[in-house]
Amino acid sequence: MEMDTATLSRRTFLKGSLAGLAVAGAAGAGSLYGCSSDEPAPSGGEQAAEDQIVWGQCHVNCGGRCIFQYHVKDGKIVYVESDNRGEAEGIQARACLRGRSIRRWVNHPDRLQYPMKRVGKRGEAKFERITWDEAIDTIVEKLKHTIDTYGNEAVAIKHDNGNFSITSGTMARLMNCCGGFLDFYNNYSTANMVEGIRYTFGPEAGPGNQVYASSMSEALNSDFMLLFGNNPAETRMGGANSTRWLSQIRQKGVEILHIDPRMSESVSGHPDEWQPIRTGTDAALVAALVHEFIVDGKADLDFLHTYCVGFDEETMPESAKGQNKSYQDYIMGTGYDMVEKTPEWAEPITCIPAARIREIAKKLEDAQAPYIAQGWSSQRHSNGEMTTRAICMLPTVLGKVGKPGTNTGLREANPIAPVSFVPSLENPVKTSISCYEWVNAIDHGPEMTALRDGVRGADKLSTGIKFLWVFANNCLTNQHGDINGTHDVLVDDTKCEFIVVIDTVLTDSAKYADILLPDAMRAEHENLDTNGYAEWYTGVNYGMPAQAPAFEAKFNYDINAAIAEKMGVGEAFTEGRTNEQWIEYMYAQAREADPTLPELETLKVDGFYKRDMAPAIGLEAFVSDPAANPLSTPSGKIEIYSESLQEIADTWELDERDVILPIPAFDPGREGYTDLTEEYPLLCSGYHFKGRTHSSFGFMEIIKQCNTQQVWINPIDAETRGIEHGEIVAVRSPHGEVRIEARVTPRVIPGVVCIPEGAWHDADMDGDRIDHGGCVNTLLMPNPTPLAKANPSHSIIVQVSKA
Amino acid sequence: MTQYGFYFDSTRCTGCKTCTLACKDKKDLPTNLVYRKVFDYEGGMWEQGANGTYQTTAFMYHLSLACNHCENPACLENCPTGSISKDEATGAVISGAEETCIGCGTCVQVCPYGVPAVNPDTEKSVKCDMCIDLVAAGKQPICVESCPLRALEFGPVEELRAAHPDAVDGIAPMPAGTETVPAIVIATCPAAKMPGDTEGFVANEWEVAAN
Repeated sequence: MEMDTATLSRRTFLKGSLAGLAVAGAAGAGSLYGCSSDEPAPSGGEQAAEDQIVWGQCHVNCGGRCIFQYHVKDGKIVYVESDNRGEAEGIQARACLRGRSIRRWVNHPDRLQYPMKRVGKRGEAKFERITWDEAIDTIVEKLKHTIDTYGNEAVAIKHDNGNFSITSGTMARLMNCCGGFLDFYNNYSTANMVEGIRYTFGPEAGPGNQVYASSMSEALNSDFMLLFGNNPAETRMGGANSTRWLSQIRQKGVEILHIDPRMSESVSGHPDEWQPIRTGTDAALVAALVHEFIVDGKADLDFLHTYCVGFDEETMPESAKGQNKSYQDYIMGTGYDMVEKTPEWAEPITCIPAARIREIAKKLEDAQAPYIAQGWSSQRHSNGEMTTRAICMLPTVLGKVGKPGTNTGLREANPIAPVSFVPSLENPVKTSISCYEWVNAIDHGPEMTALRDGVRGADKLSTGIKFLWVFANNCLTNQHGDINGTHDVLVDDTKCEFIVVIDTVLTDSAKYADILLPDAMRAEHENLDTNGYAEWYTGVNYGMPAQAPAFEAKFNYDINAAIAEKMGVGEAFTEGRTNEQWIEYMYAQAREADPTLPELETLKVDGFYKRDMAPAIGLEAFVSDPAANPLSTPSGKIEIYSESLQEIADTWELDERDVILPIPAFDPGREGYTDLTEEYPLLCSGYHFKGRTHSSFGFMEIIKQCNTQQVWINPIDAETRGIEHGEIVAVRSPHGEVRIEARVTPRVIPGVVCIPEGAWHDADMDGDRIDHGGCVNTLLMPNPTPLAKANPSHSIIVQVSKA
Repeated sequence: MTQYGFYFDSTRCTGCKTCTLACKDKKDLPTNLVYRKVFDYEGGMWEQGANGTYQTTAFMYHLSLACNHCENPACLENCPTGSISKDEATGAVISGAEETCIGCGTCVQVCPYGVPAVNPDTEKSVKCDMCIDLVAAGKQPICVESCPLRALEFGPVEELRAAHPDAVDGIAPMPAGTETVPAIVIATCPAAKMPGDTEGFVANEWEVAAN
């Protein structure tokens, strides 16, 4: 069905209001665009009229791209409407509480106003206003010095996470025009999953790729939905996002069960949909469920022998035959640790009674079309790679893969965006490191090797990181981990010699800038973006400027173009195009591939185009014809046993705590439940929060008022500590301490406490370093996961006490 | 007069508070004023079993509540200056008349649902007005149109009651047995407790107590 594609806005729409607004602005056009005099002025424009509706789109990293209709009066957004086109029950990308507060961000007194340079110690957040010319000249001088002295491998980028559009995030393009940079593979969201999938479904499989996972809409055809750490109501919150699909799936009568240490908002009103579990033990539950499938005779051997490698001896590769190394040997206790993975074995690990595990196994065995999906939290643990693989074993062993209503165990599929970002071009530097290893690369880069630290494209790094770009990214401290240890590395400006931060507000990461540049909000310039990466529909939005950029803020594309010009690569970077011309160019390419998209001029007037998307079934092609559609694994099949993983386990230099096995086994992992001590007797898991998208929006009082930052603690654990609902408590891990309000609630399993991620770190780093902001990453260990070398975000051991 | 009102579906609500913030955006409210509140209502026990296992009766649901635009509003009946009225077209209860409201707070005291507040800056009674300007223009109140889960509806309250015959006019933590005849229609989720319930508690009291 095509929805509402030709409907014109009901209201007056004035094209290109920016010029009029800019002239009306206090600073005047000269200083607004004062960086490079040859920069083209914004085109067209009439004075903003009363009740003007300006279309736009949210731009943070939640997976959605909700629609805005800014109501603009006298050059200011006065309120926003969202997507109200078409039927309310149909696809409507309705903005969540955060998007509904966007104008308070755009007009927030904390917006960065001018280019600034550091004047105190690094990290002290003492800055002094400078001109755009001085800022650009300083950056260019330092960048040239870094490349000349250390080579391009000494330059790295913390990419765009909070201010997306297709012409935003051109930092990699800029650096690739300048000889390249040290890239970071994978990201904080899904790194362990990516590496787990690689050895299960092949390197072409990605965490949201619809060839390998089903859309959530396909669960409408399921009769039992089993979700591990998958909480759309707090991670996919927009009106066209997964939370809406989940609601429709329930309304259709599909039975739903969430495996989660916390009764998340996704089970609101339906407590029977929650099965509490000790955090980090999903793979143990899986092993016990598979055990039941086997003893109940429900393992689909035809499927396993046709489509998979290594379930039992029959399909083991030559290198591993006759050694009791199959998955069945692991489950039945005839191989590996020689322990049978009965529900009684799983009881003390997962805290789930054996009878309940058997009940869940029966539900899965009886389901005609089980839709089994993990979120991204199950794998964000120190044992995350194996956990991702393990959850995928449930549908695989049952042979319920590639068929209507089923899923492969991965997170629900993402759609393909109809318009691409401005190309990043090829990176001449082939060396890369994991997203979680950059602090080590600053601290001791030349000591980092392929076999110990996961360096790719070379045996070792040739240099440490000396120049760091940070664009719309709060992952230097706040969204990274081990904030205290990271701080110590960052403040030494003989290690990383220069840090440039481009952002809209002074995040904790921005405090470490040597040069700090004010980015414009997407509401302040023309921009184009599509449906969000997690929203199952096809959409395109042409955003117009609703306001003039605040003070001297500039769109980052224009900043990068100015830097490129001074670096002598202006033409290579811009290809002669302005932001608006890039939008036209990329959109023209999109229309060549998909001529049903409206013409650009129509889209500009209409603001927004959307249409439904047919459901996808993960591994449908492979299952229907495995010979014609083999997987990209070495065997072309689903690799339950992976020879590649065995080779890695044999060749990599691993700490004794870093377990890599060729099959998806359970390992408690570092700072898992077997590491609990008298000093740190509780597990602590982060979770995504309604009041923020990661750390975006985290500074806004209007949202905080009804989204209090709290540690969730079960009444049993609170009582033994004398902790009362609402009081400030201390949460300590081996890596740091936060002070935070206690929420004493039956909604979390005893033995586990939960802190929502993304709160703004707030500590006296020259003093006691106690984080009064309650940022969970203050507590997180620096150690990367064994295989992906990635963040183990939810593996934290703590004590909670009265403050 | 046709009495208009809200329908709230507690089976769909995830407590996201988009309605709260959409209202605050449209009405340009400061941090300390909230016209539509979302209550987190929860309860239940935990029991430790053998072998380190746990079982629980934990439950939780949300209630999104603005002004119920009662047919017999206590606020209107008790206002000493006659500054509260019912809109002829919709039955919307409108408080804080510019000329006469003295900000005495009587409405705050007498409303069984704790809806009105006195704006500390203007010293006038303030609360949800059903977005009467939008409704007059043929649109929905901003909260209804904002809900990502489509858990809110708006219309003539008799039509809402007819469309949702199993719905009730109150769930906990709303008070039991008020005589104001609230124009509210609520679909009950499996976890829902009736007004007067003592099993559960409001877990976010400080968030909904603002103003």
